Amino acid sequence: MATIGQLATRPLKAQGNSEKSPASMVFLVALWVAVTFAILTLVILLVTSFMDALPRLDGGLFTNYSSQVSPETAGARAAIIGSLWVIGATAIMAIPLGIAAAIYLEEFANPVRWYNRLIEVNLQNLAAVPAIVYGMLTAGLALTIGLRRGVVLAGAIALALLILPVIIITTREALRSVPAEIRQGSLALGATQLQTVWRQTLPSAVPGIATGTILALSRALGEAAPLLLLGGLVFIRYDPDGLFSGFTTLPIQIFNWAGQPQVEFQEVAAAAIIVLLGMLLLMNALAIVIRNRFQRRW
Amino acid sequence: MNRRTLRRAAVPATLFIALGLTACGGGNEEESGGGDSALSGEVLVDGSSTVQPLTAAAGEFFAEEEPQVNVSVGTSGTGGGFEVFCQGETDISNASRPIKDEEAALCEENGIEFTELQVATDALTVVVSADNDFIDCLTTAELATLWGPDAEGTVSTWNQVNPEFPAEEIELYGPGTDSGTFDYFTDEINGEEGVSRTDYNASEDDNVIVQGVSGSANALGYFGYTYFEENAEALKAVEIDSGEGCVAPSAETAQDGTYTPLARPLFIYVSNTAASEKPEVKAFVDFYATNDDRIAEAAQYIPLNDEQRGELESAASSIG
Repeated sequence: MATIGQLATRPLKAQGNSEKSPASMVFLVALWVAVTFAILTLVILLVTSFMDALPRLDGGLFTNYSSQVSPETAGARAAIIGSLWVIGATAIMAIPLGIAAAIYLEEFANPVRWYNRLIEVNLQNLAAVPAIVYGMLTAGLALTIGLRRGVVLAGAIALALLILPVIIITTREALRSVPAEIRQGSLALGATQLQTVWRQTLPSAVPGIATGTILALSRALGEAAPLLLLGGLVFIRYDPDGLFSGFTTLPIQIFNWAGQPQVEFQEVAAAAIIVLLGMLLLMNALAIVIRNRFQRRW
Repeated sequence: MNRRTLRRAAVPATLFIALGLTACGGGNEEESGGGDSALSGEVLVDGSSTVQPLTAAAGEFFAEEEPQVNVSVGTSGTGGGFEVFCQGETDISNASRPIKDEEAALCEENGIEFTELQVATDALTVVVSADNDFIDCLTTAELATLWGPDAEGTVSTWNQVNPEFPAEEIELYGPGTDSGTFDYFTDEINGEEGVSRTDYNASEDDNVIVQGVSGSANALGYFGYTYFEENAEALKAVEIDSGEGCVAPSAETAQDGTYTPLARPLFIYVSNTAASEKPEVKAFVDFYATNDDRIAEAAQYIPLNDEQRGELESAASSIG
């Protein structure tokens, strides 16, 4: 993936040394300053977190529960497992629904119909709604259907709603990038529209869909606000083990630990940040691998 | 495997990874199979984040006796906690202030009877930096001058609070308006809950207040006693004079009642319905009451005095 720096300098360099006007030089320097500042901030943040986390980055972080009585042994076990449960449930709800909705809108829907236009406009707006609103929505929904707040399912519903518009939009982009000739060829050979979508369009769009979906899930993984509103727990000493089990997630646990007075909690918060960062990097790496592995140019 | 089948496989594979993640839960239920304990189930607690360490410590000690009972604690805040408590969603609600009339009315509406238990004491501590050499003691009137709504925009140098103080600029740090600490402080100092000057650095994270106050000799802030104890080398606790001389915040002065008016009670509210229907809730509350000293110590709060402890134990045993 090209960094901002590469993107910024490439066109300037391509012009060669002959066209180095003072203005372009100033612009180039300004860009470099901006990039350096951004990266430096990130590096300092990472390094200080890592230094704080260092004494606590051991097996105990993964096998111990949070402990109020002995903060020096507190671990993120419940939060890690809770995060996996919530993200898993979110993925199961949001991915099939999101992809199906995108296929309908892109391949089957008549864009002139008023209801399709309404969906279109709303989708764009929903993608920009603050996360906390989805938490409130889910809290209301849970109350209506009699679901207890603060369980894995409620958290997953909130996060699924949050990332659904993102998945739909990225999936539509991926489907749109499949050349029309592929569809026309398939249809000309006698395939039905459903067969065309299922056997030609969808497989060709997989890299884009997978990338968008995984990035959306990464966003859900780092989200704390809607879950806090739903009564995500901060202290549990058991493994969440089902959709109706209480849960905590890494961001919630980090938020709670970081606000505690004991320095041991702040250290373990830093360690949990590193774990969360690791999980996010892993997911983003997976997205890149899938994209590179299956990408195809026409 | 050719590229086409690979591509085909990728759709279910993506889903499968997602499914696989969820399967990682499970296991370990039998980890600590308790010998003679008969109780199992869940005790659901939500409410004040200030009281959360106490109930969390109680839950941790309780697990040593009843490993099959899961105690879980959330931090929706005192008000948010009462909201779900009065809808019957939780068994116990942590509170850093007594329940309000309208909250109690909601409980009554839903048929939730409850018992209020004081489980510890917190000394709200007014702090200045360890570098501050002019403030050792403040009267409640001086605090009101400093924090009152009238001070906004007008009281900006220390000599306006007390002529003996230098004419240095005041830097104020305090909790945000959602905090129970803010409610209690404004009620006691400014005479009305929620009324305060607003031109101060507000943060919901007390560690930010610690950072701010310790960084400047002219800064002042307030928060729970634990945050002072953990940062005692960088901060100085201001003695409070409410008319009977200067009293420093400490476990002793908060317990014997001489640290007024900023020593505040911390509560748990127990649903009588839940306690009578779920034996694990009743057992947990009894355990909480009888082990309160140990719990308060572990959570670094100020334990109850003898009289308060007697009240707690008798109130706890009358539940259910």
